[in-house]
Amino acid sequence: MRAPVSWLAELVDVPSGARGADIAADLVKVGLEEEGLYGGEITGPLVVGRVLDKTDEPQKNGKTIHFCHVDVGPHGQMLTDGVPQEIVCGAHNFDAGDLVVVVLPGATLAGGFAISSRKTYGHPSNGMICSAPELGIPGDGSGIIVLTDWFKDEPDVLASLEPGQDAMPLLGLGEEVVEVNVTPDRGYCFSMRGIAREYALATKSDSLRDPVRIAVPPPNDTGYEVRIEDSAPVRGVLGCDRYVARAVRDVDVTAASPRWMATRLTQMGMRPISLAVDVTNYLMLLTGQPLHAFDLDTLSGAIEVRRARPGETLTTLDDVERHLDPEDLLITDGGAVPLAIAGVMGGETSEVTPTTTNVLIEAAHFDPITVARSSRRHHLGTEASKRFERGVDPEMTAAVAQLAVALLVQYGGGTADPGVTDVDRRTPIEPFPFRTKLAWELIQPPESSGGIAPPDLTQAAVIAALRSLGCTVDVLVATPAEVPMDVPAGAPTGGASSDAADWVTVQVTPPPWRPDLRNGPDLVEEVARLRGYSLIPSVLPVAPGGRGLTPARRATRLVAATLAGLGATEVVSYPFIAPELFDQLGYDAADPRRHAVRLANPLSAEQPLLRTGVLDTLLGVLRLNVNRGAKDVRVYEIGLVTQPGDDPGRAPVPPVGIRPDDATLDAIVDAVPPQPRHLGIAATGEAVPAGPSGGGRPVTAEDLVGVALSVGRALGLSLTPVAATQAPWHPGRCAALTLPDGTIAGYAGELHPKVLTALDCPPRTCAAELDLGVLLAAAGDPVQAEPLSTYPVAHTDVALVVDEQVPAGDVETALRAGAGAELEAVTLFDVYRGDQVGAGRKSLAYRLSFRAADRTLTTTEVNAARDAATAEAATRIGAVQRA
Amino acid sequence: MSGPNTQYDPVEVSALDPEAIEANVTAALGAFAAASTLEDLKAARLAHQGEKSPLALANREIGALPPSAKADAGKRVGAARGRVGAALNARREELEAERDARILVEETIDVTVPSPYRRLGARHPLSLVTERLEDIFVGMGWEVADGPEVEAEWFNFDALNFDPDHPARAMQDTFFVDPPDSGLVMRTHTSPVQARTLLQVDTSQLRKELPVYVVVPGRVFRTDELDATHTPVFYQLEGLAVDKGLTMAHLKGTLDHMVRALFGEGTTTRLRPSFFPFTEPSAEMDFECFACHGKDTACRTCGGTGWIEWGGMGMVNRNVLLAAGIDPDVYTGFAFGMGLERAIMLRHGVTDMHDIVEGDVRFSAQFGMEI
Repeated sequence: MRAPVSWLAELVDVPSGARGADIAADLVKVGLEEEGLYGGEITGPLVVGRVLDKTDEPQKNGKTIHFCHVDVGPHGQMLTDGVPQEIVCGAHNFDAGDLVVVVLPGATLAGGFAISSRKTYGHPSNGMICSAPELGIPGDGSGIIVLTDWFKDEPDVLASLEPGQDAMPLLGLGEEVVEVNVTPDRGYCFSMRGIAREYALATKSDSLRDPVRIAVPPPNDTGYEVRIEDSAPVRGVLGCDRYVARAVRDVDVTAASPRWMATRLTQMGMRPISLAVDVTNYLMLLTGQPLHAFDLDTLSGAIEVRRARPGETLTTLDDVERHLDPEDLLITDGGAVPLAIAGVMGGETSEVTPTTTNVLIEAAHFDPITVARSSRRHHLGTEASKRFERGVDPEMTAAVAQLAVALLVQYGGGTADPGVTDVDRRTPIEPFPFRTKLAWELIQPPESSGGIAPPDLTQAAVIAALRSLGCTVDVLVATPAEVPMDVPAGAPTGGASSDAADWVTVQVTPPPWRPDLRNGPDLVEEVARLRGYSLIPSVLPVAPGGRGLTPARRATRLVAATLAGLGATEVVSYPFIAPELFDQLGYDAADPRRHAVRLANPLSAEQPLLRTGVLDTLLGVLRLNVNRGAKDVRVYEIGLVTQPGDDPGRAPVPPVGIRPDDATLDAIVDAVPPQPRHLGIAATGEAVPAGPSGGGRPVTAEDLVGVALSVGRALGLSLTPVAATQAPWHPGRCAALTLPDGTIAGYAGELHPKVLTALDCPPRTCAAELDLGVLLAAAGDPVQAEPLSTYPVAHTDVALVVDEQVPAGDVETALRAGAGAELEAVTLFDVYRGDQVGAGRKSLAYRLSFRAADRTLTTTEVNAARDAATAEAATRIGAVQRA
Repeated sequence: MSGPNTQYDPVEVSALDPEAIEANVTAALGAFAAASTLEDLKAARLAHQGEKSPLALANREIGALPPSAKADAGKRVGAARGRVGAALNARREELEAERDARILVEETIDVTVPSPYRRLGARHPLSLVTERLEDIFVGMGWEVADGPEVEAEWFNFDALNFDPDHPARAMQDTFFVDPPDSGLVMRTHTSPVQARTLLQVDTSQLRKELPVYVVVPGRVFRTDELDATHTPVFYQLEGLAVDKGLTMAHLKGTLDHMVRALFGEGTTTRLRPSFFPFTEPSAEMDFECFACHGKDTACRTCGGTGWIEWGGMGMVNRNVLLAAGIDPDVYTGFAFGMGLERAIMLRHGVTDMHDIVEGDVRFSAQFGMEI
């Protein structure tokens, strides 16, 4: 919402010389945050001038320029040389004797355009005679501003013009416009009336000049007939509880709006259109009351306000045919023909056109929820709906209609109908109780002011503040003590006591423009903001002793740091994916990971699903890095994935302000799809970079398995890799990482070549994905430490020949099983394939390390243990000791 | 008893002649000194100290001497052997030291050649700033809660006093889960975890009774297009305290502490009235510019205003407490939430949101493991 400083000053006292920034600073204190400051770019001298003479000089290029002497009063060359200003002008729409606007050297126009003396077309030119666009004000660009024309409708102004006069205020230039952000609870601030009220509160001024405090002709029964027939109020609230209709006849709707009104509209960011439209817009900006103007001659019956009927349509002013919903509130002609969606937008048939002569002004109050729903249903947010859904003051309806009538009469030459229709079905505003001490209690603790209420939070101060807002405050409970009730806002009261007996509960009726004030804390915010949030002291609360981070947070940090330590870089990615991704990842038709949450309104229609695994989106990050020239990429992401399964949840949505019953709460919680925290890692390029010390080594499936095992170790877990077939991995290069109980915590390995082709990732890209929740569930038991033996370790090597298909992991498991209690470590140090072991066979060379807790092992003991291990491997997997 | 050595052979014992011994010693010392390598020295040692060396032979002769001459010759030969041995050792030590020094020189490498050791990875600054903030609050005894990203509409809105018809609900630019009446949304803020915490159905298994002091870091979603300053997926830190006697002053005290801990001592906050359905009274918080402290009208961090806007907050709305089954006449609370991207952009001079969200490893790499 914008507020031109001069307009604000019409409605409330603004200190002379106050700049836009000062006003913005005052408004922000009461909660109207500055969004922008406009205007004020033109800096003087800009004066009224009288053209003394004008010499036409045709140029070789066919143009004619005019060399002029201009009387600019006691400025410019008159000041320095005692002669009139010499100016070259290219416009033709003026003559000697005309009053014009002259910008003199030293001035700056919008855009930082500096004016200086120069020589042009053989003459000195000291300044410029200005057109409207050059000054950034509305008006056609066909020539320079001739003030006698410009002010022809304002004889008083015309008579006062004299050369040398400052033209800035005359043209509304140099004027600043403050733009503020209006929060959704303050609908009344979508008006100058509301902004002025807030400014008065911010500056503790009682100078508000309320534009709707005017004499209004009382309603009579000769006005245009209006019926309110709401058969289906939303939430029991009548869709329209006040409708004022006023007719103005013989209006020249093609008449130009007065310049001041056009200027105001332009300053507010609206385009002047025609008198009837401009008047409704201007009054809406002034008061916050949306108005509608009907062409009276297009109406055949009474205005009937009713809900839409099934199948009804209306072509709105934006030329869209709207299929109406039975919840839409309509303005209709005689109940039959829809004219407008109430409070949202009018229809084409009854629109005011250049041929309109008789106008019916509608000023009404519509139910915020009805308007909000229609606006959303039809995706039609308008200046009117924005105000109605945030609440419009229903008290001012008739006054604003009267203002419209008066303007149409004054500027459109119309005649006001004596009939005044005012269908008023409002219910009174309900007062509610307010414990006055709540303000102090909610703003600051007693100890911050020595146990005594701060002077501006005493009962009297609180009541005064509420009254300054426009609230009616009545004493509900009589107090034992004499309570001063009529103290001006901000006035201190002595001897305030913290004794609760001295505080009363009052009955508060908020003013009609504040439907957002509904309970005690609402009022406390008002008290706090009028007092100033800057007065709130800073008190650090003391929380009960905490237990530190949850195990889940600790584990997540540990895993993240481990991966970074292993050379991977943490990234984040958006969770949105395309349905085709699951095919690209090679998931078979029954893969549960195909069950993804679908968004009803995705940002991109191509990516309506949410990822079910981190690799879904992490591989895109890897690709981005490769496309940007990175060769060796190792990225990881820890984040939630959404796994709704095949039964998409549907959550109840019970109303606000009430704790749902347990069954409903359970239904809500259960409907939320499981979202485990996953860890994804993707790597391509070299694991060890090539360099002077040797050739590099590409990253392999084993590297990723190793990274996954390290993650397990970081959490105190021993994961076991088991060969697995799982998309999107290479079927021969994928390990499932299993917990001791067989639970699979995730997979690691090289990705399937087809997947890499489909996703445009480099060949041999490797990846792992682990479910951190599964790991966490298994981790966390305190480690029970083994005593350390200080006896010597004994090593012995053994080479075992097995079939090519036998995994090394199985061989190791067998060796461990057979080697006995003294086995300390098993290390695979060589794998040999070749003639010596035969085709389809491989030899695995292990070093077995033994140590006893209580003695030095003898060679005989070590050999016996080794033989037992070898025998176990022979039994389990047919391993033969290599000769 | 031995008689006179009738077998005495003056030629054979000539080795015991003092001059001869001295000559041998001189020759040995000369040979050792002349040895320039350990190999030369080994050859010299064999020649002058070996079993066939003149002094070794002389030593063997001593036994043949008459007793009267034995002691004298023995002393002479022993002294000579001692001198030779000492000289040998001295020269050996010299040559070994020379050799060791030479080897070290020969083994010199170019230590500026890039290491084949794998580079350290990096954390994402969003994670790092989250952890810093968590630590600040854990240090005050608060705990860390979390909740789901796909959330029940009731938790995201209704439990937080967003009436279905209130304009604030439409202003949240919500992603809805299909079908649109599923009652599920992508959470538009971390605030639903407030309700989950109070109702003890949060996913962080905090399960604690009142009072509650928790922070909730997490990812939230709004239907904004990605540009230099907006992202549809962003990170917030939510705070919630519900206890007896909490006031706006406690909210301000908490925020003051947080910005001092994150942006440096002396940083202060400013509250401005605002509106949020789930708080009343509500506020927005600015903190004093940590770069210029309001002293530079051309400051690029704060735009010269001296203040940096960073989040919404207020006293927990009565309806939020009621929705969680808590008596608002007994307990009060405050809640706050702020965007973490903004903290990173400000604190580290990031000018384009794309860098934060795209996953280019060069971005995270600048931050290493701590910020």
